[in-house]
Amino acid sequence: MSGVIDGPWVAPEDDTASAAIAEIGAELDMFDEWMERYQYIIELGRKLPPFPSDWMNDAHRVPGCQSQVWLEAREQDGRLWFAGASDAAIVSGLVALLLRVYSGRPQSEILETSPQFLRDLGLVQALSTNRGNGVEAMAAAIRARAAAA
Amino acid sequence: MNAAFDVQAIRAQFPILSERVHGRPLVFLDSAASAQKPTCVIEAMARTMQTQYANIHRGLHWMSERTTAAYEGARDQVAGFIHANSRREIVFTRNSTEAINLVAYCFGSMLRPGDAVLISEMEHHSNIVPWQMLRDRAGIELRVAPITDTADIDLDAYEALLTDGHVRLVAITHMSNVLGTITPAQTLAEIAHRHGARILFDGSQSAVHRKIDVQALDADFFVLTGHKIYGPTGIGVLWAREELLEAMPPFMGGGEMIESVSFARSTWAKPPHKFEAGTPAIIEAIGLGAAIGFMQDIGPEAIAAHEAELVAYGRDRLGAMNALRILGDPAERGGVLSFTVDGAHPHDLATLLDHQGIAVRAGQHCAEPLMHRLGVHATTRASFGVYTTTDDIDALADGLERARQMLL
Repeated sequence: MSGVIDGPWVAPEDDTASAAIAEIGAELDMFDEWMERYQYIIELGRKLPPFPSDWMNDAHRVPGCQSQVWLEAREQDGRLWFAGASDAAIVSGLVALLLRVYSGRPQSEILETSPQFLRDLGLVQALSTNRGNGVEAMAAAIRARAAAA
Repeated sequence: MNAAFDVQAIRAQFPILSERVHGRPLVFLDSAASAQKPTCVIEAMARTMQTQYANIHRGLHWMSERTTAAYEGARDQVAGFIHANSRREIVFTRNSTEAINLVAYCFGSMLRPGDAVLISEMEHHSNIVPWQMLRDRAGIELRVAPITDTADIDLDAYEALLTDGHVRLVAITHMSNVLGTITPAQTLAEIAHRHGARILFDGSQSAVHRKIDVQALDADFFVLTGHKIYGPTGIGVLWAREELLEAMPPFMGGGEMIESVSFARSTWAKPPHKFEAGTPAIIEAIGLGAAIGFMQDIGPEAIAAHEAELVAYGRDRLGAMNALRILGDPAERGGVLSFTVDGAHPHDLATLLDHQGIAVRAGQHCAEPLMHRLGVHATTRASFGVYTTTDDIDALADGLERARQMLL
């Protein structure tokens, strides 16, 4: 895996986006109930690289989320790298989860990776409708950024 | 506990309370958003559709007359429930939002540039936006009465905003949906009247928690919504003094609200029908009548006493928790507690409570300006109803502690 770049960008842990999705699914499957899954998701959020506070503004805000979510992207080495954060803990974890799938990947791989996995893993359904829509809005924002690259 | 008040017997009348959420018993602490429905309401509506349904007021047949009698009977029940002078003062609307919009449109059409409407800092959006729309349409002024740090209306500032005599109408909450503050309605009305203003009370929250007597309040307008008082959605009430309903132009045009129609001109029916264009929410009005019957059987005083005990218990139980802050300390509080927990986003708390079977509301509660005044981005809100128990509050406190540990 071509590595890490400096800054708040999330580095891939898995070789491909689909491997990341499979790995996340396996990790979520280890838990019997959603309260445990949430604990795991909250901890993922805590491990996000620190997001620069001067990016926590409207220009970086993802519309359609009930909580505040901020996103930034840059291109380097033929890949798109994302940084993200939220003021809410569960949403931070979902940002971490999404960026594990999408950050540090080539544009084509991002566009080929449907956000359907959020539903397949039960993540959208486990949240209230508004928050579920918010997660999907985040995935859409990431893919829109890739499409514009 | 009130000897006559048997909360378990009341709970048995709410089928939904035996549902399970995420595999856990439902702890419903979101009644201020919408209350659950007792069997008598569910059955009254089903019975109407099964055995006595037809359109009202126009049918010259038995079924229509029976349905009309039931619909108009609901109007009598509302009139009794809020102690109106007469049934002609009761206008059915879709909800309190529509009732406020009706007043903003119809009473508002009699205002002129230079006139003012006064609201408060702790209004729901539905008692802000219609007045902003009126301001922009009619060139009137919109004034805002501040609240104190305890979350009571600042009475001195309130009166100061009225003294120049420009305020034609005060539109103010009778109970805050965020803080639970019960406003001193009689005092507010007395001050408003002394300065030549009419007064509208938004009773969306108060009508479920205490006895409403519009004559004792000396109100001019009072609005409430059916779904918050154990009735169905889609039915609300505007009460107004009869002379005001006589003086105001109609709201919407259509069938039912006219006396006669020609292509040259139409004449209006008498109030309240003047304000009820089109086929109304017949089944819902009958459901509302059943909900009022349900509340009257228990007694508004007994309900208020039960909820006062819950508020006191909730304040003690939640107030003892680390890092939890209950917002506001008003002189009088209905069955609503809003709070923040240090380091925990209200949305996270709501999600983690939901997965423990506990339903609360989190967010800005349709009261963004109040959030700014309180200096918070959002709150978590627990609200109580006639079926709420101290066990529910214990479950909330335990659930919050677990959520807080997860978010630490």
